[in-house]
Amino acid sequence: MTAFWFLAPIMVIAALGLVFARKAVHAALCLAVVMISLAVLYAAQGAPFLFAVQIIVYTGAIMMLFLFVLMLVGVDSSDAVKETIGGQRLAAGIIGLIFGITVVLAIGQTVSGAVVGLKAANGNGNPYGLSELLFGKYVLAFEFTSALLITAALGAMVLAHKERLTVRHSQADIAARRMREYAESGRHPGPLPAPGVFARHNAVDTPALLPDGSPLENSVSDSIVGRGQVRQGFEDDIDKLVEQVGDEQPSDELFGGEK
Amino acid sequence: MFDLQWLLIAIPLASGLGLLVWGKEGDRFGHLIGTAASALSFLFGVVLFASLLGKDGEDRSQSTKLFTWIDAGSFHVDMGFTFDQLSGLFVLLITGVGTLIHVYSIGYMAHDERRRRFFAFLNIFIAAMLTLVLASDYLVLFLGWEGVGLASYLLIGFWQHKDSAAAAAKKAFVVNRVGDLGMATGIMLMFSEFGTSSIHAVNGAITSASGSVATALGLLLLLGACGKSAQVPLQSWLLDAMEGPTPVSALIHAATMVTAGVYLVVRSNGIFDASEAARMAVIVVGLVTLLAGAWIGCAKDDIKKALAGSTMSQIGYMMLAAGLGPAGYAFAIFHLITHGFFKANMFLGAGSVMHGMNDDVEMRHYGGLRTFMPITFATFGLGYLAIIGVPPFAGFWSKDKIIEAAFGENFWVGLGALLGAGVTAFYMTRLMIMTFLSEKRWREDVHPHESPKVMTWPLIGLAVLSALGGVLLVSNWITEWLEPLTGHAEHEELAVPAIVLTLIITVVVAIGVFAAVVFYRREPIAAETPADSSVSFFARAGRHELYGNELNDAIVVRPTRHLTRFLVWFDGKGVDGFVTGVADRLGDTSQFLRKPQTGYVRSYALTMFGGVAVLVLALLAVTLA
Amino acid sequence: MNEYITLSLILFTIGSVGVLVRRNAIVVFMCIELMLNATNLAFVSFSRQNGNLDGQVAAFFVMVVAAAEVVVGLSIIVSIYRARRSASVDEASLLKS
Repeated sequence: MTAFWFLAPIMVIAALGLVFARKAVHAALCLAVVMISLAVLYAAQGAPFLFAVQIIVYTGAIMMLFLFVLMLVGVDSSDAVKETIGGQRLAAGIIGLIFGITVVLAIGQTVSGAVVGLKAANGNGNPYGLSELLFGKYVLAFEFTSALLITAALGAMVLAHKERLTVRHSQADIAARRMREYAESGRHPGPLPAPGVFARHNAVDTPALLPDGSPLENSVSDSIVGRGQVRQGFEDDIDKLVEQVGDEQPSDELFGGEK
Repeated sequence: MFDLQWLLIAIPLASGLGLLVWGKEGDRFGHLIGTAASALSFLFGVVLFASLLGKDGEDRSQSTKLFTWIDAGSFHVDMGFTFDQLSGLFVLLITGVGTLIHVYSIGYMAHDERRRRFFAFLNIFIAAMLTLVLASDYLVLFLGWEGVGLASYLLIGFWQHKDSAAAAAKKAFVVNRVGDLGMATGIMLMFSEFGTSSIHAVNGAITSASGSVATALGLLLLLGACGKSAQVPLQSWLLDAMEGPTPVSALIHAATMVTAGVYLVVRSNGIFDASEAARMAVIVVGLVTLLAGAWIGCAKDDIKKALAGSTMSQIGYMMLAAGLGPAGYAFAIFHLITHGFFKANMFLGAGSVMHGMNDDVEMRHYGGLRTFMPITFATFGLGYLAIIGVPPFAGFWSKDKIIEAAFGENFWVGLGALLGAGVTAFYMTRLMIMTFLSEKRWREDVHPHESPKVMTWPLIGLAVLSALGGVLLVSNWITEWLEPLTGHAEHEELAVPAIVLTLIITVVVAIGVFAAVVFYRREPIAAETPADSSVSFFARAGRHELYGNELNDAIVVRPTRHLTRFLVWFDGKGVDGFVTGVADRLGDTSQFLRKPQTGYVRSYALTMFGGVAVLVLALLAVTLA
Repeated sequence: MNEYITLSLILFTIGSVGVLVRRNAIVVFMCIELMLNATNLAFVSFSRQNGNLDGQVAAFFVMVVAAAEVVVGLSIIVSIYRARRSASVDEASLLKS
């Protein structure tokens, strides 16, 4: 019972976090907390097999799938704070409250009587008892679930399949296109310049500097620019460097001769 | 041989339909084929009639069944024809006069580019009329009846490019529909009462039926007859029908169409004999039409309309005779035949005059045509003498007999008929004077000339028939000929001897002629129609066809129009208002209901979740209760 | 025993409210997973209450079905994202009247 009273508040808080979290990643983390806690509760209730399955299938596979899709889809404005449907939140909250109180008061109190416990059923071990049922009493349902899984896998493949609508460009085509663009519009055929200048700023969020000291905007990835995470302030970089290396004059070799 | 009597109908029908579908190359000889078909039918009719003459009185009704037309449960109708004394006479009249009109039309329609079609319609007209008179079942008769209506519609509106012709055709069709309704209802009544619509069976069974059924049937058939025969109150189409080409007018007035009503009454003599009331109604209708037609004939300046008024009047005589029962049936048919001769003669004569006068129909623009159109004048004159009843021409014999029979029925009826004879003499004399005798009042550029031979020969033939038609009465031949069909009537003794009555009639006719001569020879005839305000009430009413159209307008057209307007209003505001109102309210409700349909999945999920909450609460409530 | 069931119901309610208020399709999906997990907890608890393993088997099947559902659901999200450049459930509102 200790485990329950310890975990139950955590689970409720995590579940609420799932509902209220701004960012989808946080929601996913909350869900993971709930699932792991559930797994513990399974173990506490004499279901070690389900404990393992919960960890492996849910927390392991399904949560990973969620996170993967989250990364694939990306963070967008779809979860803006502003509610689009008027009164939806209020109505959902009220109805949820009514529903919750009703079922908690009604159904939650119906279960009574002595707890039989699973001592007898788990006599030969929990997995043994489960498999006895799975391959005996529920073998047909088990077979059907296998069919369901295969169908689901097929469906996912069909849904995820993307029909190629345009001609596939070979490397030669791309090279030719680049040269043509260079001839027509002067666009540089080579790769974009790499970000970063000096060792201490050799990072993707710092634009490269041109010889005159001005930053080269297209050396930073668009997504970093979009998030507004580009580092500014190069003005004092030379001074900072001097500070780092001390008064020591840079040698001629370092700057390649004339200064 | 009588098994082949359907050929009488089939020949003109096949010719008519063939001519319609033939195409352009048929234009060269289409009229010849049409005329030949009519003549062939006539010749076959003569052969059949001749062999009928050779039979005994009992065998003179020759029926043949072509095929079973309708066989639905207890309703059984055979496509059957009967060639008997009555229909034999009609066949000869229709095909004989019809053929002469065909021949005449060759010349009259020579310059019309749709002449082939005209002849096709004429053939169909003849075929429909023959179906009508040969039918041995009222339903088959109705087939011909409607065919006549269709053909008359096509022919009256033959010059459909003229609005007036199109309107006249439509009017004839619509007015005839009213009569047809009576006819159709009558046939339905026959079936419901007797379980059959065979003419023979119905007229046989009527004696055992109740009097009210006979009266109802008689009145319904009379309504039908009024429509076809242009009797009051369904007379209004006849004068407008003059918009058709003149041969059509001749055909409608002489041989087909308007005679159908008289034929129907005579053919249904069993029904009318069984109901005194129906017979009385026929007499009244006949008498009223007789006088109204004569009145109109006095006032019209349009030669064709004056003749049309005279047709109304003469058909009124026939109806009157037919209403007199067995005493008058034979005379009705006799007058019908003689009228067929002289009216066809005069209509074709009028057509000949118009032909020479650049299709002008205004009598006030004629005058003095005697010397320019001698043949037309002579033949027309013979028809004139026949229609006013100058002995020994055809009209004298037939009209004399009708008036005599009318006096036998009732003094006032006889007096009305006698008066009609005098007025007939007046307006026909007026027509003669204005057209052929008085001084010239021609328009410019008019060069009257005699018509070609192809037109004058039929005139001559018809004139001869007009003059000699009376021979049918020799030793009461026609009365005895029709007696097996119409029944025998004891000759009623009048208060005065027949010869005195004949003298009186002749004197009345002479007075009519004299009055017209005095009236129109005293001073020159105006070349323009005097204004309505300057003529007497009688002339004004006659010119307006006794306000029949205005009466129809007031009684039928305007109330119907108001009803229509009300119905349109009701349909628009009431029915549509209700329907569209329901739709509008539904739309409003939908507009209101669509607001929750945001399209957002989460809204729907919220609804579902709310539903689940309600469900749980309900379950809880049930469990606790 | 009741406390396990109560916890399960609380988690389930939180999950369903999450489904209703979150707009990011992936988070919505996570909330659904939370609901499924809550029922699994109830299953396991009932299994102990009744002294047989059928409840655990049911929970096992729920996991299998949840795995299949996640696979298909996420691929649907990915393809929607490909087409609409958005993972918001409110973007796909073509049923709007």
